[in-house]
Amino acid sequence: MDPLSEYIRGITRDNPIFGLVLGLCPTLAVTTSVENAIGMSAGTAFVLVFANIFVSALRKQIPSAVRLPIFIIIIATFVSIVDMLMEAYFPPMYAALGVFIPLIVVNCVIIGRAEAYANKNNVFYSFIDALGISTGFLLVLMLIGGIREILGTGQIVTFGYTLFSLPANPDVTTMILPPGAFLTIGVLMAIVNYQRAKKMAKGG
Amino acid sequence: MVEKALFAIFMEGVFIKNFLIIQFLGLCSFVGVTKDFKSAAGMSGAVIFVMTMAATVSYLIYTYVLIPTGMEFLDLISFIVVIAALVQLVEFVVRKNIPSLYRSLGIYLPLITTNCAVLGVVLLNVLSEYNLVQSVVFGIAAGVGYTIVMIMMASIRERSTFVHIPSSIRGLPQAFFIATMLSLAFVNYFWVIPI
Repeated sequence: MDPLSEYIRGITRDNPIFGLVLGLCPTLAVTTSVENAIGMSAGTAFVLVFANIFVSALRKQIPSAVRLPIFIIIIATFVSIVDMLMEAYFPPMYAALGVFIPLIVVNCVIIGRAEAYANKNNVFYSFIDALGISTGFLLVLMLIGGIREILGTGQIVTFGYTLFSLPANPDVTTMILPPGAFLTIGVLMAIVNYQRAKKMAKGG
Repeated sequence: MVEKALFAIFMEGVFIKNFLIIQFLGLCSFVGVTKDFKSAAGMSGAVIFVMTMAATVSYLIYTYVLIPTGMEFLDLISFIVVIAALVQLVEFVVRKNIPSLYRSLGIYLPLITTNCAVLGVVLLNVLSEYNLVQSVVFGIAAGVGYTIVMIMMASIRERSTFVHIPSSIRGLPQAFFIATMLSLAFVNYFWVIPI
Protein backbone atom coordinates (compact mmCIF):
# COMPACT_ATOMS: atom_id res chain seq x y z
CA MET A 1 0.00 0.00 0.00
CA ASP A 2 1.80 3.15 -1.07
CA PRO A 3 0.65 6.62 0.05
CA LEU A 4 0.19 8.05 -3.44
CA SER A 5 -2.20 5.35 -4.63
CA GLU A 6 -4.13 5.65 -1.37
CA TYR A 7 -4.46 9.37 -2.05
CA ILE A 8 -5.61 8.85 -5.65
CA ARG A 9 -8.13 6.23 -4.53
CA GLY A 10 -10.05 8.93 -2.63
CA ILE A 11 -10.50 10.88 -5.87
CA THR A 12 -11.37 8.03 -8.20
CA ARG A 13 -12.70 4.70 -6.93
CA ASP A 14 -13.72 5.85 -3.44
CA ASN A 15 -14.85 9.29 -4.53
CA PRO A 16 -17.28 10.34 -1.78
CA ILE A 17 -20.06 11.41 -4.16
CA PHE A 18 -19.83 9.13 -7.20
CA GLY A 19 -18.10 6.14 -5.62
CA LEU A 20 -19.43 5.88 -2.09
CA VAL A 21 -22.56 8.06 -2.60
CA LEU A 22 -22.17 9.66 0.83
CA GLY A 23 -22.67 13.25 1.87
CA LEU A 24 -25.27 14.22 -0.70
CA CYS A 25 -26.96 16.93 1.36
CA PRO A 26 -24.12 19.49 1.43
CA THR A 27 -23.17 18.54 -2.14
CA LEU A 28 -26.53 19.67 -3.45
CA ALA A 29 -27.34 22.43 -1.00
CA VAL A 30 -24.27 24.66 -1.12
CA THR A 31 -23.21 24.26 -4.75
CA THR A 32 -24.96 27.36 -6.01
CA SER A 33 -21.51 28.79 -6.77
CA VAL A 34 -17.88 27.71 -6.92
CA GLU A 35 -17.06 29.98 -3.99
CA ASN A 36 -19.53 28.27 -1.67
CA ALA A 37 -18.33 24.88 -2.88
CA ILE A 38 -14.74 25.74 -1.92
CA GLY A 39 -15.78 27.05 1.50
CA MET A 40 -17.84 23.98 2.26
CA SER A 41 -15.09 21.60 1.10
CA ALA A 42 -12.53 23.42 3.23
CA GLY A 43 -14.68 23.07 6.35
CA THR A 44 -15.39 19.43 5.64
CA ALA A 45 -11.72 18.70 4.91
CA PHE A 46 -10.62 20.22 8.22
CA VAL A 47 -13.09 18.09 10.18
CA LEU A 48 -12.34 14.96 8.15
CA VAL A 49 -8.57 15.21 8.57
CA PHE A 50 -8.67 15.78 12.32
CA ALA A 51 -11.44 13.25 12.95
CA ASN A 52 -9.52 10.59 11.01
CA ILE A 53 -6.28 11.35 12.89
CA PHE A 54 -7.92 11.24 16.31
CA VAL A 55 -10.04 8.16 15.65
CA SER A 56 -7.01 6.34 14.29
CA ALA A 57 -4.78 7.37 17.20
CA LEU A 58 -7.37 6.27 19.76
CA ARG A 59 -8.56 3.17 17.91
CA LYS A 60 -6.98 0.74 20.41
CA GLN A 61 -8.49 2.58 23.39
CA ILE A 62 -12.05 2.93 22.05
CA PRO A 63 -14.23 -0.04 23.08
CA SER A 64 -16.02 -1.25 19.96
CA ALA A 65 -19.48 -1.35 21.61
CA VAL A 66 -19.57 2.42 22.11
CA ARG A 67 -17.40 3.48 19.17
CA LEU A 68 -20.11 5.30 17.21
CA PRO A 69 -21.09 7.73 20.01
CA ILE A 70 -17.38 8.38 20.59
CA PHE A 71 -16.81 9.07 16.87
CA ILE A 72 -19.73 11.48 16.88
CA ILE A 73 -18.38 13.34 19.91
CA ILE A 74 -14.92 13.63 18.27
CA ILE A 75 -16.49 14.88 15.03
CA ALA A 76 -18.83 17.31 16.83
CA THR A 77 -15.84 18.83 18.65
CA PHE A 78 -14.06 19.67 15.41
CA VAL A 79 -17.25 20.89 13.76
CA SER A 80 -17.76 23.30 16.66
CA ILE A 81 -14.21 24.56 16.11
CA VAL A 82 -14.81 25.10 12.37
CA ASP A 83 -18.12 26.77 13.14
CA MET A 84 -16.50 29.30 15.49
CA LEU A 85 -13.47 29.90 13.24
CA MET A 86 -15.63 30.58 10.17
CA GLU A 87 -17.97 32.84 12.11
CA ALA A 88 -14.99 34.84 13.39
CA TYR A 89 -12.78 35.07 10.29
CA PHE A 90 -15.05 34.57 7.25
CA PRO A 91 -18.44 36.07 8.16
CA PRO A 92 -19.78 36.39 4.55
CA MET A 93 -18.95 32.75 3.83
CA TYR A 94 -20.48 31.75 7.15
CA ALA A 95 -23.69 33.59 6.28
CA ALA A 96 -23.87 31.98 2.83
CA LEU A 97 -23.36 28.43 4.10
CA GLY A 98 -25.64 28.98 7.08
CA VAL A 99 -26.92 25.90 8.81
CA PHE A 100 -24.76 23.61 6.68
CA ILE A 101 -21.59 24.31 8.67
CA PRO A 102 -22.94 22.82 11.94
CA LEU A 103 -24.52 20.11 9.80
CA ILE A 104 -21.05 18.83 8.81
CA VAL A 105 -21.41 16.81 12.02
CA VAL A 106 -23.99 14.55 10.35
CA ASN A 107 -22.16 14.34 7.02
CA CYS A 108 -22.06 10.59 6.39
CA VAL A 109 -18.67 10.86 4.65
CA ILE A 110 -16.88 11.70 7.88
CA ILE A 111 -18.40 9.05 10.11
CA GLY A 112 -18.18 6.61 7.19
CA ARG A 113 -14.42 7.11 6.87
CA ALA A 114 -13.94 6.93 10.65
CA GLU A 115 -15.75 3.60 10.75
CA ALA A 116 -14.47 2.08 7.52
CA TYR A 117 -10.89 3.32 7.42
CA ALA A 118 -9.47 5.21 10.42
CA ASN A 119 -10.73 2.57 12.83
CA LYS A 120 -8.58 -0.06 11.10
CA ASN A 121 -5.48 1.76 9.85
CA ASN A 122 -2.59 3.69 11.36
CA VAL A 123 -2.45 7.46 11.78
CA PHE A 124 -0.37 8.18 8.69
CA TYR A 125 -2.58 6.26 6.26
CA SER A 126 -5.73 7.67 7.88
CA PHE A 127 -4.33 11.14 7.27
CA ILE A 128 -3.62 10.32 3.60
CA ASP A 129 -7.08 8.81 3.22
CA ALA A 130 -8.68 11.95 4.66
CA LEU A 131 -6.69 14.12 2.23
CA GLY A 132 -7.71 11.97 -0.75
CA ILE A 133 -11.39 11.92 0.17
CA SER A 134 -11.35 15.68 0.81
CA THR A 135 -9.77 16.32 -2.58
CA GLY A 136 -12.37 14.14 -4.26
CA PHE A 137 -15.12 15.98 -2.42
CA LEU A 138 -13.67 19.38 -3.38
CA LEU A 139 -13.38 18.46 -7.07
CA VAL A 140 -16.96 17.18 -7.31
CA LEU A 141 -18.38 20.17 -5.44
CA MET A 142 -16.44 22.58 -7.66
CA LEU A 143 -17.62 20.76 -10.79
CA ILE A 144 -21.29 20.89 -9.75
CA GLY A 145 -20.92 24.46 -8.48
CA GLY A 146 -19.22 25.49 -11.72
CA ILE A 147 -21.89 23.99 -13.97
CA ARG A 148 -24.69 25.57 -11.96
CA GLU A 149 -23.02 28.96 -11.71
CA ILE A 150 -22.18 29.16 -15.43
CA LEU A 151 -25.67 28.15 -16.55
CA GLY A 152 -27.40 30.23 -13.89
CA THR A 153 -25.43 33.48 -14.05
CA GLY A 154 -23.21 33.17 -17.15
CA GLN A 155 -19.93 33.57 -15.25
CA ILE A 156 -17.83 32.23 -12.42
CA VAL A 157 -16.93 34.81 -9.79
CA THR A 158 -14.73 33.53 -6.96
CA PHE A 159 -13.65 35.77 -4.08
CA GLY A 160 -14.14 38.88 -6.21
CA TYR A 161 -12.26 37.62 -9.29
CA THR A 162 -14.10 36.76 -12.49
CA LEU A 163 -12.53 33.48 -13.57
CA PHE A 164 -14.67 32.75 -16.57
CA SER A 165 -17.54 34.35 -18.35
CA LEU A 166 -19.75 33.37 -21.25
CA PRO A 167 -20.25 35.81 -24.15
CA ALA A 168 -24.01 35.67 -23.60
CA ASN A 169 -25.70 34.97 -20.31
CA PRO A 170 -27.85 31.83 -20.68
CA ASP A 171 -29.73 32.97 -17.56
CA VAL A 172 -31.24 29.62 -16.64
CA THR A 173 -32.25 30.71 -13.16
CA THR A 174 -33.58 27.24 -12.42
CA MET A 175 -30.01 25.96 -12.30
CA ILE A 176 -29.18 27.93 -9.15
CA LEU A 177 -32.52 27.01 -7.60
CA PRO A 178 -32.97 23.58 -5.98
CA PRO A 179 -34.14 21.68 -9.13
CA GLY A 180 -30.87 22.55 -10.90
CA ALA A 181 -28.91 20.70 -8.24
CA PHE A 182 -30.89 17.50 -8.70
CA LEU A 183 -30.67 17.76 -12.47
CA THR A 184 -26.89 18.37 -12.48
CA ILE A 185 -26.05 15.50 -10.15
CA GLY A 186 -28.46 13.19 -12.01
CA VAL A 187 -26.77 13.89 -15.35
CA LEU A 188 -23.25 13.61 -13.89
CA MET A 189 -24.09 10.34 -12.18
CA ALA A 190 -25.54 8.91 -15.40
CA ILE A 191 -22.33 9.84 -17.23
CA VAL A 192 -20.19 8.22 -14.53
CA ASN A 193 -22.31 5.05 -14.66
CA TYR A 194 -22.05 4.97 -18.45
CA GLN A 195 -18.26 5.31 -18.38
CA ARG A 196 -18.01 2.66 -15.71
CA ALA A 197 -20.17 0.22 -17.69
CA LYS A 198 -18.06 0.83 -20.80
CA LYS A 199 -14.86 0.16 -18.85
CA MET A 200 -16.33 -3.03 -17.38
CA ALA A 201 -17.37 -4.26 -20.83
CA LYS A 202 -13.89 -3.61 -22.18
CA GLY A 203 -12.13 -5.23 -19.27
CA GLY A 204 -14.41 -8.26 -19.47
CA MET B 1 -38.21 39.87 15.43
CA VAL B 2 -41.78 39.89 14.16
CA GLU B 3 -43.98 37.30 15.78
CA LYS B 4 -44.90 34.80 13.09
CA ALA B 5 -48.32 33.16 13.00
CA LEU B 6 -48.23 29.45 13.77
CA PHE B 7 -50.02 28.69 10.51
CA ALA B 8 -47.36 30.56 8.56
CA ILE B 9 -44.64 28.58 10.31
CA PHE B 10 -46.45 25.36 9.53
CA MET B 11 -46.89 26.13 5.81
CA GLU B 12 -43.29 27.27 5.63
CA GLY B 13 -42.07 24.01 7.13
CA VAL B 14 -44.22 21.83 4.88
CA PHE B 15 -43.95 23.54 1.51
CA ILE B 16 -41.78 26.63 1.14
CA LYS B 17 -38.83 25.29 3.10
CA ASN B 18 -39.55 21.65 2.37
CA PHE B 19 -36.71 19.77 3.98
CA LEU B 20 -36.07 17.19 1.30
CA ILE B 21 -36.32 18.93 -2.01
CA ILE B 22 -35.83 22.60 -1.24
CA GLN B 23 -33.32 22.54 1.60
CA PHE B 24 -31.65 19.21 0.70
CA LEU B 25 -31.71 17.83 4.22
CA GLY B 26 -32.03 14.08 4.74
CA LEU B 27 -31.22 13.00 1.19
CA CYS B 28 -29.64 9.68 2.19
CA SER B 29 -32.98 8.25 3.30
CA PHE B 30 -34.70 10.04 0.40
CA VAL B 31 -32.84 7.99 -2.21
CA GLY B 32 -32.27 4.99 0.05
CA VAL B 33 -35.69 3.97 1.39
CA THR B 34 -38.02 5.20 -1.35
CA LYS B 35 -37.80 2.01 -3.39
CA ASP B 36 -41.10 0.78 -2.00
CA PHE B 37 -44.09 2.53 -0.52
CA LYS B 38 -44.30 0.65 2.77
CA SER B 39 -40.79 1.39 4.03
CA ALA B 40 -41.10 5.02 2.92
CA ALA B 41 -44.26 5.40 5.00
CA GLY B 42 -42.73 3.65 8.01
CA MET B 43 -39.59 5.74 7.82
CA SER B 44 -41.65 8.92 7.58
CA GLY B 45 -43.60 7.98 10.70
CA ALA B 46 -40.39 7.45 12.64
CA VAL B 47 -38.96 10.74 11.36
CA ILE B 48 -42.08 12.76 12.31
CA PHE B 49 -41.87 11.36 15.83
CA VAL B 50 -38.13 11.96 16.23
CA MET B 51 -38.33 15.46 14.74
CA THR B 52 -41.17 16.57 17.00
CA MET B 53 -39.56 15.13 20.12
CA ALA B 54 -36.13 16.47 19.19
CA ALA B 55 -37.54 19.96 18.60
CA THR B 56 -39.23 19.91 22.02
CA VAL B 57 -36.45 18.39 24.10
CA SER B 58 -33.63 20.38 22.53
CA TYR B 59 -35.57 23.63 22.98
CA LEU B 60 -35.95 22.86 26.69
CA ILE B 61 -32.29 21.93 27.03
CA TYR B 62 -31.08 24.98 25.12
CA THR B 63 -33.26 27.45 27.03
CA TYR B 64 -33.16 26.04 30.53
CA VAL B 65 -29.75 24.38 30.72
CA LEU B 66 -27.32 25.80 28.17
CA ILE B 67 -28.26 29.50 28.27
CA PRO B 68 -28.40 29.90 32.09
CA THR B 69 -25.04 28.17 32.46
CA GLY B 70 -23.51 30.13 29.56
CA MET B 71 -22.56 27.03 27.60
CA GLU B 72 -24.23 27.74 24.27
CA PHE B 73 -21.10 26.56 22.49
CA LEU B 74 -21.97 23.01 23.56
CA ASP B 75 -25.27 23.16 21.64
CA LEU B 76 -24.18 20.93 18.77
CA ILE B 77 -22.90 18.13 21.01
CA SER B 78 -25.94 18.16 23.31
CA PHE B 79 -28.41 18.17 20.38
CA ILE B 80 -26.67 15.17 18.84
CA VAL B 81 -26.87 13.28 22.11
CA VAL B 82 -30.59 14.07 22.47
CA ILE B 83 -31.30 12.86 18.94
CA ALA B 84 -29.26 9.69 19.39
CA ALA B 85 -31.19 8.83 22.56
CA LEU B 86 -34.55 9.43 20.83
CA VAL B 87 -33.61 7.26 17.88
CA GLN B 88 -32.59 4.48 20.21
CA LEU B 89 -36.04 4.72 21.82
CA VAL B 90 -37.83 4.53 18.46
CA GLU B 91 -35.66 1.57 17.49
CA PHE B 92 -36.70 -0.38 20.60
CA VAL B 93 -40.38 0.34 20.03
CA VAL B 94 -40.35 -0.54 16.31
CA ARG B 95 -38.30 -3.72 16.80
CA LYS B 96 -40.66 -4.97 19.53
CA ASN B 97 -43.98 -4.04 17.90
CA ILE B 98 -43.49 -4.03 14.10
CA PRO B 99 -40.65 -6.49 13.35
CA SER B 100 -41.42 -6.58 9.60
CA LEU B 101 -40.99 -2.82 9.32
CA TYR B 102 -37.80 -3.06 11.39
CA ARG B 103 -36.32 -5.49 8.86
CA SER B 104 -37.27 -3.47 5.80
CA LEU B 105 -35.84 -0.22 7.19
CA GLY B 106 -32.57 -1.95 8.01
CA ILE B 107 -29.63 0.36 8.45
CA TYR B 108 -31.70 3.49 7.83
CA LEU B 109 -33.41 3.38 11.22
CA PRO B 110 -30.26 3.89 13.33
CA LEU B 111 -29.10 6.31 10.64
CA ILE B 112 -31.90 8.73 11.57
CA THR B 113 -29.35 9.87 14.16
CA THR B 114 -27.17 11.16 11.37
CA ASN B 115 -30.14 12.24 9.27
CA CYS B 116 -29.40 15.90 8.63
CA ALA B 117 -33.11 16.69 8.56
CA VAL B 118 -33.54 16.06 12.28
CA LEU B 119 -30.54 18.10 13.35
CA GLY B 120 -31.56 20.67 10.74
CA VAL B 121 -34.93 21.22 12.43
CA VAL B 122 -33.25 21.73 15.78
CA LEU B 123 -30.62 24.13 14.43
CA LEU B 124 -33.11 26.13 12.39
CA ASN B 125 -35.28 26.49 15.50
CA VAL B 126 -32.37 27.99 17.41
CA LEU B 127 -31.42 30.17 14.43
CA SER B 128 -34.96 31.59 14.00
CA GLU B 129 -35.33 32.13 17.76
CA TYR B 130 -38.64 30.29 17.93
CA ASN B 131 -40.34 29.82 21.31
CA LEU B 132 -41.49 26.42 22.57
CA VAL B 133 -44.83 26.26 20.71
CA GLN B 134 -43.30 27.59 17.49
CA SER B 135 -40.44 25.09 17.72
CA VAL B 136 -42.83 22.18 18.14
CA VAL B 137 -45.03 23.37 15.26
CA PHE B 138 -41.98 23.73 13.02
CA GLY B 139 -40.84 20.25 14.03
CA ILE B 140 -44.21 18.73 13.11
CA ALA B 141 -44.36 20.73 9.87
CA ALA B 142 -40.91 19.57 8.82
CA GLY B 143 -41.95 15.99 9.50
CA VAL B 144 -45.17 16.35 7.50
CA GLY B 145 -43.31 17.92 4.58
CA TYR B 146 -40.79 15.07 4.69
CA THR B 147 -43.64 12.53 4.67
CA ILE B 148 -45.44 14.11 1.70
CA VAL B 149 -42.33 14.09 -0.46
CA MET B 150 -41.21 10.61 0.63
CA ILE B 151 -44.62 9.16 -0.24
CA MET B 152 -44.80 10.93 -3.62
CA MET B 153 -41.28 9.82 -4.45
CA ALA B 154 -41.89 6.20 -3.39
CA SER B 155 -45.10 6.00 -5.40
CA ILE B 156 -43.46 7.37 -8.53
CA ARG B 157 -40.46 5.09 -8.19
CA GLU B 158 -42.64 2.03 -7.65
CA ARG B 159 -44.56 2.76 -10.82
CA SER B 160 -41.47 3.51 -12.89
CA THR B 161 -39.62 0.30 -11.98
CA PHE B 162 -40.42 -1.38 -15.30
CA VAL B 163 -39.95 1.63 -17.56
CA HIS B 164 -37.51 0.99 -20.41
CA ILE B 165 -34.57 3.32 -19.93
CA PRO B 166 -30.82 3.00 -20.57
CA SER B 167 -29.14 0.93 -17.88
CA SER B 168 -26.78 3.73 -16.86
CA ILE B 169 -29.73 5.92 -15.88
CA ARG B 170 -31.46 3.20 -13.88
CA GLY B 171 -31.19 3.57 -10.11
CA LEU B 172 -29.76 6.74 -8.62
CA PRO B 173 -29.75 9.02 -11.71
CA GLN B 174 -33.39 8.10 -12.31
CA ALA B 175 -34.21 8.97 -8.69
CA PHE B 176 -32.51 12.34 -9.11
CA PHE B 177 -34.45 13.08 -12.30
CA ILE B 178 -37.73 12.34 -10.50
CA ALA B 179 -36.55 14.59 -7.68
CA THR B 180 -35.88 17.36 -10.22
CA MET B 181 -39.51 17.26 -11.33
CA LEU B 182 -40.82 17.26 -7.76
CA SER B 183 -38.48 20.08 -6.85
CA LEU B 184 -39.61 22.15 -9.87
CA ALA B 185 -43.16 21.86 -8.59
CA PHE B 186 -42.24 22.84 -5.04
CA VAL B 187 -40.07 25.80 -6.05
CA ASN B 188 -43.21 27.56 -7.23
CA TYR B 189 -44.41 27.88 -3.64
CA PHE B 190 -41.79 30.61 -3.26
CA TRP B 191 -44.02 32.85 -5.34
CA VAL B 192 -47.40 31.54 -4.26
CA ILE B 193 -46.91 32.20 -0.55
CA PRO B 194 -44.58 35.16 -0.07
CA ILE B 195 -43.07 35.35 3.40
